[in-house]
Amino acid sequence: MITIESVTRIYGGFTAVDDVSFTARPGRVTGFLGPNGAGKSTTMRILVGLTRATTGTATVTGRRYVDLPNPGLEVGVLLDASAQHAGRTGREILTIAQRFMGLPRGRVEEMLDLVSLTPQEASRRVRDYSLGMRQRLGIATALIGEPEVLILDEPANGLDPAGIRWMRGLLRDYADRGGTVLLSSHLLHEIEVVADDLVVIGNGRIVAQGAKSDLLRSAGSMLRTTLDRTVVAQALSAGGITSTHVGDDGLLADAEAAQVGLIAFAAGIPLLELRPADGAGLEEMFLELTAESQRETPSDNQHEGALT
Amino acid sequence: MTSLDLASPPAETQSPAAPPHPGIPLSRVVTTELRKMFDTRSGFWLMASIAILAFLATAAVIAFSSTNGLTYTSFATAVCFPMTIVLPVIAILSVTGEWSQRSGLTTFTLVPHRGRVVGAKAIASVAVAVATIPLALAIGALGNVVGATIAGVDPVWDVTLTNMLTLLLANVLGLLVGFMLGVLIRSSAGALVAYFVYQFLLPTLSIILANSQAWFRHLQPWIDFEYAGGKLIDGTVSSEQWAHLGTSATLWLAIPLMVGLGLVTRAEVK
Repeated sequence: MITIESVTRIYGGFTAVDDVSFTARPGRVTGFLGPNGAGKSTTMRILVGLTRATTGTATVTGRRYVDLPNPGLEVGVLLDASAQHAGRTGREILTIAQRFMGLPRGRVEEMLDLVSLTPQEASRRVRDYSLGMRQRLGIATALIGEPEVLILDEPANGLDPAGIRWMRGLLRDYADRGGTVLLSSHLLHEIEVVADDLVVIGNGRIVAQGAKSDLLRSAGSMLRTTLDRTVVAQALSAGGITSTHVGDDGLLADAEAAQVGLIAFAAGIPLLELRPADGAGLEEMFLELTAESQRETPSDNQHEGALT
Repeated sequence: MTSLDLASPPAETQSPAAPPHPGIPLSRVVTTELRKMFDTRSGFWLMASIAILAFLATAAVIAFSSTNGLTYTSFATAVCFPMTIVLPVIAILSVTGEWSQRSGLTTFTLVPHRGRVVGAKAIASVAVAVATIPLALAIGALGNVVGATIAGVDPVWDVTLTNMLTLLLANVLGLLVGFMLGVLIRSSAGALVAYFVYQFLLPTLSIILANSQAWFRHLQPWIDFEYAGGKLIDGTVSSEQWAHLGTSATLWLAIPLMVGLGLVTRAEVK
């Protein structure tokens, strides 16, 4: 269980984290989503006591992180896989964590095995590691104390597709066994697949949070018709439903598919396709919610979605 | 079965409370920090260089010294000179590595009380000095015997045990100066440069100031840390000189160290 209450962090005149509150629950993967520079990493550093909050409190398993007697046994943390002494071997970095936590020596080889680092790779110095190998080592360091809470900042960075699938399975399994997982990413699809709950942050503020299923439902439904789509749009707006053009012949209706289907049926409009707007749903929501804080202007196609 | 049934409900009701984990004893932090000083290639060679430089210094004394100069004082001075540089560098890097190499991100999440980590590093650094100075002196003693044998004279043992202890103290103080600068500056390059300014530039400035300004001349022993510390290497320290050492060490070591500790506990680890 992770609880963040009204956390604010101000640097000089710049508010990096602005009154952020959310909870990550046991048995669930909580995705912490936001564009670069939105305040994800600062919030996570505040959570583990590396940065001081200007105001507000953050607790893990009901206590401030700094009050945990042996934090590695309760919270697994991976904030930056590259933040390691480049001259140490992978095995040595795990050994240091094992010794700080007071774990049996055999745990080091077990963890290397778990994250698929071969004995040869483990004997190499971290400066010769790829980012993907560093992430695996970081995951091993986070998991070595068998903690009940995991805090991972962008863990999928640098992993190959097989590695990303492996990580997904690992986190899913971890949460299913009752663990709490807080996972940040700016990669929408990565989070969409694995997360149960979502917290979306932009410009230091929480812009949306809740169960993924609830947040996705608000994305509405996608439909295509054989008629001119403006006809469908008129019928929908007569029924009190707003809609927007998507792509060449698509229409995104701001309602559930069942309701849209009934209106179309009543108006005698033949539909080619009608489905919940799931595929790009989160992406649209993400772009919409963080449009102001996006550094790049979205392309035209995405822009249509962002305007809804 | 019955015992299991009886045991499980309380466990369930108590599940929100975290299982009690014992804290991390300071001894474990110290031994782990000690390990971190050796476990990189640069760390290993820094440690190895202590013995290597002691051998080279001893060989140089045998090769270049006149027969009269073949005393244990010559050897002890020669083997301790490289220590005055290598030991502070080891202490500096043990602290600044956490920031320069960014390993502090892991260290300070595994041991969130930064004062404990810094304290453990201080203990580990002093332990290195306490272990290596006798080693260096032993290499010097060996050189004294070998040198005297080659020259065909009796070895001269003119260093008292008290002098060895003050020599050790002088090196520990030098190491702590490096440590303090590491804590205060938290950057390897910056702290190394500051150490050489501290050890070589400031004493020179102090001497120039004392020579040109009468008011500073009688103040100098109380303020000049290098001057006061030099008495430790000479071996005989009067009670007033101990007082000099106390005041100058407070000024140049204790106070900046406290400021540095305050900064370390507040600074952001990125």
